[in-house]
Amino acid sequence: MSSEVTPTSKPVKTTGLHIGEAEPGCRKVDPILIADGVTRTFGGLKAVDVDHVEIPRGAITALIGPNGAGKTTFFNLLTGFDKPDTGKWEFDGRSLAHVPAYRVARMGLIRTFQLTKALGLLSVLDNMKLGAKDQSGENLFRAMFPFLWRKQEEEIESKAVELLTRFKLDAKQTDYAASLSGGQRKLLEMARALMSDPTLVMLDEPMAGVNPALTQSLLDHILDLKSQGMTVLFVEHDMHMVRHIADWVVVMAEGRIVAEGDPYTVMENPAVIDAYLGAHHDSDLGVTDTEHVEAIKELIDDEQ
Amino acid sequence: MIDWIQIFSNAAQELISPTTAAYALAALGLAIHFGYTGLLNFGQAGFMALGAYGYAISVLSFGLPVWAAILVGIGASVVFALILGIPTLRLRADYLAIVTIAAAEILRLIFTTNTFEAITGSAQGLNGYKGSFAALNPIPKGTYGFGPFQYNEYDWWLRILGWTVVVLLALLTWLIMRSPWGRVIKGIREDEDAVRALGKNVYSYKMQSLILGGVYGTLAGMIFILPRAVVPANYQTSLTFFVYAILLLGGAATILGPIVGSMIFWVLLSFFSGFISRAVEAGWLPFMTQVQAGQLRFILVGVAIMLIVIFRPQGIFGNKKELAFVK
Repeated sequence: MSSEVTPTSKPVKTTGLHIGEAEPGCRKVDPILIADGVTRTFGGLKAVDVDHVEIPRGAITALIGPNGAGKTTFFNLLTGFDKPDTGKWEFDGRSLAHVPAYRVARMGLIRTFQLTKALGLLSVLDNMKLGAKDQSGENLFRAMFPFLWRKQEEEIESKAVELLTRFKLDAKQTDYAASLSGGQRKLLEMARALMSDPTLVMLDEPMAGVNPALTQSLLDHILDLKSQGMTVLFVEHDMHMVRHIADWVVVMAEGRIVAEGDPYTVMENPAVIDAYLGAHHDSDLGVTDTEHVEAIKELIDDEQ
Repeated sequence: MIDWIQIFSNAAQELISPTTAAYALAALGLAIHFGYTGLLNFGQAGFMALGAYGYAISVLSFGLPVWAAILVGIGASVVFALILGIPTLRLRADYLAIVTIAAAEILRLIFTTNTFEAITGSAQGLNGYKGSFAALNPIPKGTYGFGPFQYNEYDWWLRILGWTVVVLLALLTWLIMRSPWGRVIKGIREDEDAVRALGKNVYSYKMQSLILGGVYGTLAGMIFILPRAVVPANYQTSLTFFVYAILLLGGAATILGPIVGSMIFWVLLSFFSGFISRAVEAGWLPFMTQVQAGQLRFILVGVAIMLIVIFRPQGIFGNKKELAFVK
């Protein structure tokens, strides 16, 4: 489906992000997010076990991996929505360990959700306004005196309308968010995340359930974030999209980081192929290795 | 023959009775909890009991002036809200429901037990705390009014004060619900994780909402006891459910809903009670005694509320559009 979409322009890839070999846990020239020894177990299952990973600043990084690889759990840990068993991680030089989710968001690390969380019975405009930070009217006592927050409210509203126009939702601003389609909710959630001027935007499967017509516009919006100086980290299953917009790819499998690299070379990495198809996929039935690798490449590579 | 004038005038009196004001205020508190924030507080009766006992005990046992007694009641309900909220507001909504319903019962049983009879009056309750409130009355002695609304100076003083509090707090609620604070509160009702991801301290907002709505309940409890005595049996769980019925009748996330809902509830209750008891007297219902008739009014009010909820589920003032998206 997505292969039929023609990119409006070839995105400019950011290169030279890492130091040394492109291997799991390799160092970056300018990391914005560094995680060290982060583990999380659910009963006997080690959902996340990341030794070391650095996310490069000012680039679009994709976090990929098969279902159950621990990508969303890792997301939740980084954003304070879940507590890890061990480990420390820092964002922009500030430690994020044991910081509650709302403080993480205030630091400039804003996330979206795999299942969109549009606030249904709030208008689209109210959804947007909620995203702005440091609102003085959000204090209960100041809220009683509208003259204290009216001016800020107007500024927030004009910013919200501007963003909604960019995301082509301005015609919907007085509607309940519940009346939006699935794709429009994804757009709304992304636009809402931008209300707080984040430095790092974490998108959990931004393309899930979005029709092909909207895919291109969503891709452009993500590329836009980078051109405005934001860092993007996203989880995605659509390999076409990953290759199209990601500057760097981190591959997770069974809770661990198994490979890193730029999107073209990482797909060739045997560890990635193992992750998607099992470690012993090429050791039976007497078929030669190369045939399998070819078949796998065809499977992963839906671009050509 | 049935005295229809009497039945209707009794019903009309409920429109502005202090009890109606008290229920309206308690329902407004629940609107903040349930309608706007999505907190399932099933212990509004507990907050009302704290207001009633906080006021009465302060006056009777400690001889405090009116303003100090009111502050004691409010303070007690803030502490109660903190005790309820600290362990439960981090959990799913249903935990708060369980804890509040149990805590309100615990309070009622503590007020009923004989151990503290010297202070709480146990099952007999308390009275004789109205002197200092009546002394503040600026209205000269006498009977005033028109039509069915003929009251003495104390009853007018009580009605004016009660409804002034209702109007002021309704205005306050309206103000804060259209502010950015109200936006966060409504966002929490829809999806608290999304609001958390936008950098809002959800736990703190839920606590503020629980305290604020609880204080409304406490003030309602004080208005409730001024025309009668403090009796622990009044603060059973059924009180909370009557307040919920009023809230749903008027519309859960509205300001006028709880107030008008309370008026309708009490007018209907008074009308049915008057009508049935007269009808039994007149021999229209030969199979029924006066005692049974007293219970039938609740059945009829229940039926009336069911009809409203079936044919107008958003409540009287609720927005029909909201229901289109209810899962």
